[in-house]
Amino acid sequence: MVMITQSALDAVADIPDGATVLIGGFGPAGQPVELIEALVETGTRDLTVVNNNAGNGDVGLAALIGAGRVRKVICSFPRQHDSHQFDEKYRAGEIELELVPQGNLAERIRAAGAGIGGFFTPTGYGTPLAEGKEVREIDGRHYVLELPIRADYALVKAHRADEVGNLTYRKTARNFGPIMATAATTTIVQVHEVVPTGAMDPEVVVTPGIYVDRLVVVPTATTPEPEEDQ
Amino acid sequence: MSSVQTPSTFTEGPTRLGKAELAALVAADIPDGAFVNLGIGQPTLVSNYLAPDSGVTLHTENGMLGMGPEAHGDDVDPDLINAGKIPVTELPGASYFHHADSFAMMRGGHLDICVLGAYQVSARGDLANWHTGEPGAIPAVGGAMDLAIGAKDTFVMMTLTTRDGQSKLVEACTYPLTGVGCVSRIYTDVAVFLIDREGGDGSVVVRETHGVSFEELEALVPVPLRRA
Repeated sequence: MVMITQSALDAVADIPDGATVLIGGFGPAGQPVELIEALVETGTRDLTVVNNNAGNGDVGLAALIGAGRVRKVICSFPRQHDSHQFDEKYRAGEIELELVPQGNLAERIRAAGAGIGGFFTPTGYGTPLAEGKEVREIDGRHYVLELPIRADYALVKAHRADEVGNLTYRKTARNFGPIMATAATTTIVQVHEVVPTGAMDPEVVVTPGIYVDRLVVVPTATTPEPEEDQ
Repeated sequence: MSSVQTPSTFTEGPTRLGKAELAALVAADIPDGAFVNLGIGQPTLVSNYLAPDSGVTLHTENGMLGMGPEAHGDDVDPDLINAGKIPVTELPGASYFHHADSFAMMRGGHLDICVLGAYQVSARGDLANWHTGEPGAIPAVGGAMDLAIGAKDTFVMMTLTTRDGQSKLVEACTYPLTGVGCVSRIYTDVAVFLIDREGGDGSVVVRETHGVSFEELEALVPVPLRRA
């Protein structure tokens, strides 16, 4: 059953210290900035955060890292021209980094949501990022065992929801949203708008509502209207 | 659907190639109808030289097929960016998909070609392009490892030598690897190399040179070469 919360703060209020949190977005696109900043406000600490990056500028994930709330980042590409918040913590030894090739990161999250206990992937074989991992040769090709990434919470930005939590996304802001929504015990989604149940064409639903626990409406001023997704 | 043709006989060109000429050379080798991923940086230039009627579809690993040119002015949409986080446009026939699908289509061998930059490539096609391994450097890999081993053909675009004159085509990479035996061609300012990913006799085929003779190239590169 989907709960529609009144504010981003209400939506994230129960996330405890030490939680593992999947956070959607590829750089700024699809990043649930308001949910993350609510998490800054609640004061939750010692988080393990899974994201493709490690924050841009000083908002959203960068603000959470800058506030010293993140113990460990699992990501594929932390270093960017505007990742100074992460860079500073990393160089000071105040944040742990697990670097994962982008496709392995996505598939490990997908595997968690799909109940897969691990998978053999060719990506990373023979590189430093496969060191210490089980390797198997299958039909003449080498594969590395990768394990699922499961989380306590997922914070996702979608475009539109209906009242049962079905979601659509916008363009490349979709990125990690659909897989992260499947891989957490509690999935919290911010959307531009919630439409009445029945108003969304079932053929265009990207994330079915079964994966969604909480919704909060955060209108995005910059989002052009309307999209032909319903 | 489209496969890369193995051309031709060895040629020598009179002058070293600039970045634009090199991008045009790569573009000319991309078959009509191919699905292609162009890496961040220099490989992105290749898109400027793809003929509009070539039917080449560009993939960007953050979740799109049918990517159009960079967006400017009113066309900029923060929800529509490429893997380098640059605002781009969508072409008719474009599609969007999530990250696991995007990398599944790459890893599953559905992309025909990816074009990447490199620090080093070995004679058997090992690629090093993500990390210099310097102490204090913050490592970042992104989709490089998935791209390198995923596409049917991996092309590298780079200058042949480092600033201090060392060949980037090497016997064995000294930088941390991105992928093993994955590069099939190397396009450089002075030569195009064809790699035998099965290992072959350990030599590398030179398809063409630009501004150097075959003999001068042999003196530059520490691996055995032969003419196409």
